[in-house]
Amino acid sequence: MSFSKVKTVFGREFKSYFDSPVAYVFLVAFLVLAGFLTFGVAMFYERRQADLTPFFFWHPWMYLLLVPAATMGLWAEERRNGTIELLLTLPITLGEALVGKFLAAWAFIGIGLALTFPVVCTAAWLGSPDLGAVFCGYVGSFLLAGAATAIGVFASSLSRSQVIGFVIALATTFLLLIIGFDPVVGAVANWGVPGGIVNAVASCSLLTHFDAMRRGVIDFADIGYYVGVMVFMLAAAQVVTDSRKAS
Amino acid sequence: MLKVDNLKKSFGAFQAVKGISFEVKKGEVLGFLGPNGAGKSTTMRMITGFIPPTSGTAVIDGHDIIQDPVGAKGALGYLPEAAPSYRSMTVTDFLTFIAKVRGFEGRAAKEKVDAVLQKARLTNVARQTIDTLSKGYRQRTCFAQAILHDPKVLIMDEPTDGLDPNQKFVVREMIKEMSAEKAIIISTHILEEVDAVCSRAIVIAGGEIKADGTPEKLRGMDPSGKLDVVFRTLTMDKEAK
Repeated sequence: MSFSKVKTVFGREFKSYFDSPVAYVFLVAFLVLAGFLTFGVAMFYERRQADLTPFFFWHPWMYLLLVPAATMGLWAEERRNGTIELLLTLPITLGEALVGKFLAAWAFIGIGLALTFPVVCTAAWLGSPDLGAVFCGYVGSFLLAGAATAIGVFASSLSRSQVIGFVIALATTFLLLIIGFDPVVGAVANWGVPGGIVNAVASCSLLTHFDAMRRGVIDFADIGYYVGVMVFMLAAAQVVTDSRKAS
Repeated sequence: MLKVDNLKKSFGAFQAVKGISFEVKKGEVLGFLGPNGAGKSTTMRMITGFIPPTSGTAVIDGHDIIQDPVGAKGALGYLPEAAPSYRSMTVTDFLTFIAKVRGFEGRAAKEKVDAVLQKARLTNVARQTIDTLSKGYRQRTCFAQAILHDPKVLIMDEPTDGLDPNQKFVVREMIKEMSAEKAIIISTHILEEVDAVCSRAIVIAGGEIKADGTPEKLRGMDPSGKLDVVFRTLTMDKEAK
């Protein structure tokens, strides 16, 4: 895989987000949502604790809605406009194109995440939050965003319709979140499903692996899980794109 | 410079291309003629590495499309049907992207882009967003990306389709200017194109080659000496079956 070719695809794709107002709408929506959920719904001030637990708590659910919006066009647009035929007849491998696109979308969401820094400043001004834990939370959130992005890239490769790409990404991400969502896990356990199975399923969830990190613990197993999801989803996207590119 | 060796393509039970072989030498402009659905685009898409052949291969300037796809694509310029491009980019940005993917960096990329802007007569719209351009300019922008790296083999799928007579004239002039140094294939169903630019033509129908020769030779296949009559005789009966 040639780094410079990945970089070129990345650059074009990343810049294309800002060619239309969609990028700004997306970023504003991301920040408004992050602010509202943290300060409004999770009662950041009322808790009287200078930590970012209520802030990170909402990230998976924000990504659920916003990441598919950022990824739905990645392949669907190429196919609808016919540019896929241009891109894939350039001296570049499908893998390079795929990784470039994925990294562009991930970096774009990363910008949204980075722009939430005033929340950290607020907490730091009001008290003395554990900055190590905040850092871990951001790392975890960024990895979670990467996994959701890879799911979105895969969903976008399935159809030339952006709407289908959006819905499939949303449904897949939702499924991977809900199987680790505590109320759901508890309810399933109450039905008499053996604990081992419940835990095994929950350990496949995007949410479970984020839990420790948002509390300030980085475990290599969690990082490995997210990297695994990304690799798996991109490999799946490669297979799908390769077989359906001409249709 | 380009050697196509028994290319076949099946989609399920349907055989779109049933074994096509030919060679194109430097200086030749090969017209690839056939009715819609004859297998022209499928053949071109296989040669350019967009879709894999079911069997057979093609060699582009020494690079086999199966063994060395990236090398083959590097030696090739391709103008796909309907001339797609990234509409939200400016002409210069788009061509710079192509130059970078093709391995030109910094100053070299800029020089290539400037040269091709001139060659494709795009200098006055260089800073415009592709979306705002007329069809003729969009076509030329995609044409420009195909010739940016001065490829030895140039493949164009219906390069003048939907253009007005003046725009057609410009595109054909550009093709003629380059023809001495390259092996060129032009797919078309417009017969006047053959007389305008091609030094040789292949007629394809039902996924097979029906005739291969100079425009004069093809004309000689019917007493009327008219290309459209020859084209009809070669391709119609196949469709009627």
